[in-house]
Amino acid sequence: MSILAELFEFLGARKKFWLFPLLILFLIVGGLFVLSQGSVVAPFIYTLF
Amino acid sequence: MLVLGISAFYHDSAAALIRDGQIVAAAQEERFTRKKHDPSFPVNAIAYCLSEAKASGEDVDRIAFYEKPFLKFERLIETYLAFAPSGFESFRKAMPLWIGEKLFQRDLLLRELSAISPALGEKPKLRFSEHHFSHAASAYYPSPFQSALVLTMDGVGEWATTSAAIGQGDDLSITKEIHFPHSLGLLYSAFTYYTGFKVNSGEYKVMGLAPYGEPKYAKAIFDHLIDVKPDGSFRLNLDYFSFCTGLTMTDSRFEAMFGGPARRPDQPLEQRHMDLAASIQAVTEEVVLRLTRSLSTQTGLRHLCLAGGVALNCVANGKVLRDGRFDRIFIQPAAGDAGGALGAALAVFYDENRRSDGAKIVKEPDSMQGAYLGPSFEQSDIECRLKAAGAIYSVVDDDALISQTATALANGRAVGWHQGRMEFGPRSLGGRSILGDPRSPTMQKALNLKVKYRESFRPFAPSVLRERVADWFELDADSPYMLLVADVKSDRCRKMSAEEQALFGIDKLNVLRSDIPAVTHVDYSARIQTVHKETNPRYYALISRFEELTGCPVLINTSFNVRGEPIVCTPEDAFACFMGSEIEFLAVGNCILHKDKQNPELARDYKNAFDLD
Repeated sequence: MSILAELFEFLGARKKFWLFPLLILFLIVGGLFVLSQGSVVAPFIYTLF
Repeated sequence: MLVLGISAFYHDSAAALIRDGQIVAAAQEERFTRKKHDPSFPVNAIAYCLSEAKASGEDVDRIAFYEKPFLKFERLIETYLAFAPSGFESFRKAMPLWIGEKLFQRDLLLRELSAISPALGEKPKLRFSEHHFSHAASAYYPSPFQSALVLTMDGVGEWATTSAAIGQGDDLSITKEIHFPHSLGLLYSAFTYYTGFKVNSGEYKVMGLAPYGEPKYAKAIFDHLIDVKPDGSFRLNLDYFSFCTGLTMTDSRFEAMFGGPARRPDQPLEQRHMDLAASIQAVTEEVVLRLTRSLSTQTGLRHLCLAGGVALNCVANGKVLRDGRFDRIFIQPAAGDAGGALGAALAVFYDENRRSDGAKIVKEPDSMQGAYLGPSFEQSDIECRLKAAGAIYSVVDDDALISQTATALANGRAVGWHQGRMEFGPRSLGGRSILGDPRSPTMQKALNLKVKYRESFRPFAPSVLRERVADWFELDADSPYMLLVADVKSDRCRKMSAEEQALFGIDKLNVLRSDIPAVTHVDYSARIQTVHKETNPRYYALISRFEELTGCPVLINTSFNVRGEPIVCTPEDAFACFMGSEIEFLAVGNCILHKDKQNPELARDYKNAFDLD
């Protein structure tokens, strides 16, 4: 859970608390993708990294 | 104070170590793992840097990572949000990687560092520097200037794609930024992709292809793709690009505008591709010139530092120099992401060590030590390694080494040259180089097809003695890192006939266009490296001896590798490349090897040993 605390602290420093609920949503959806895929694979697309 | 800089997890991982602000060592991980553009944690490069400094993990005071992962994640999330619902496929593929790994980069770094040494993995030691600040620091702090304008241009880091900074003494501050998705680097990469080359490594080929074409599409690019203001600031028209949401760089509107789908790498190059290369090159030069002119007017600064991947565009750099707005220009030789490791380390050092006089450490010609920052090998070690590899060699003194190598070059031999410390950055500068005689009308073809196994349209670069550069090229400035392009002197050139002009690729390159045809591009330009006695005395002595023999103070200098292979690092790597290609003569330290004296059973199929880049 320390990652969530760090993210919260980061958003505070960036004055972007409005992103927090979205971030949680994205993390949940993304987490589901991880679980459904079983392995972490991504294409080598320039801007994603 | 010992600071270790790290860049990793995207491409070209690297490590750099500085002690009290002075660079001790820097190297890319790919040279050790033998995987081109290796993005993995640079465990070997770190081990090397520590050994070069004779330091252990306990001795390291700070570790600096070259970018801020959370900031990058923020950009990703906001981009998906801005373009939703399109981009779902890209989101679906990117998120697992971020959630499974990249978001936890601090933990990953600490874990990897602890595995090297528990003391390295202490959390308080780890600092993060912004991507563009790392680039800017890598150019400004090693430069010979106490004040300078610093321009960084690349694809994208966290948010910034172009940034201007001002360096004053030990202080460096970013003053302006252009943010993603508006990116000159990504625009160039879109054309790299569209003309059939690999993004992140093929940009150099597009630049090499440009002189074959006419900038016929430049107006269309300015009219539709990029809106450039007089001060050089710009915005891309995202209707033509798909890199924000898609899995490719360009989309159907882009293809419709430029006459068809992107070229596949196996398809032949046509005049249209050459014209596209010439067009994007012309646009890039125009944007860079507008930026440097306006920033020069605004700041009044007479020194310029360049970094970021776009700073490897040596044709644009040459135009900025000739534009005359700056008295001197310093370009970080590792201008790409590998250099971020060095910049991050320097940024952290200066952040924590402000000097009372406010000055930074300055050395002439710069603090990069000729970019010779990698491993070197003692003569006894070289002999052991070569013996173990089965090489047959003779050991000669320094004078015989220079004399025999210069004679081999004058006799038209392809020479492998492995001397001293390895270079940091993408260019070989006379530490790990393949050398040849630039006067030879056949050398270009022989090196391209039998030694390098690479595309035939790309010319080689010349190394020239600094004192003699103005006699052979339209340049009278230092270019130690092969990052400036200038024309061959007109009195050394020969005009091509209309028939010869119409040729392409190696046929055109093979036309005798100058006294040094092997390093003269079809537009009579050359990508020049000036060689300095102070930074590489052995290479300087070799070119001087070659001049005594031939009257020519210029050599072909190309990287010591074959296509797709990282540049050689160790004597064993050099021997393997020597035996796998048609290099005829190899000098490693004071050992000399002739191909015809080697055991033919040690030859290997090197041509197909590496994935093409």
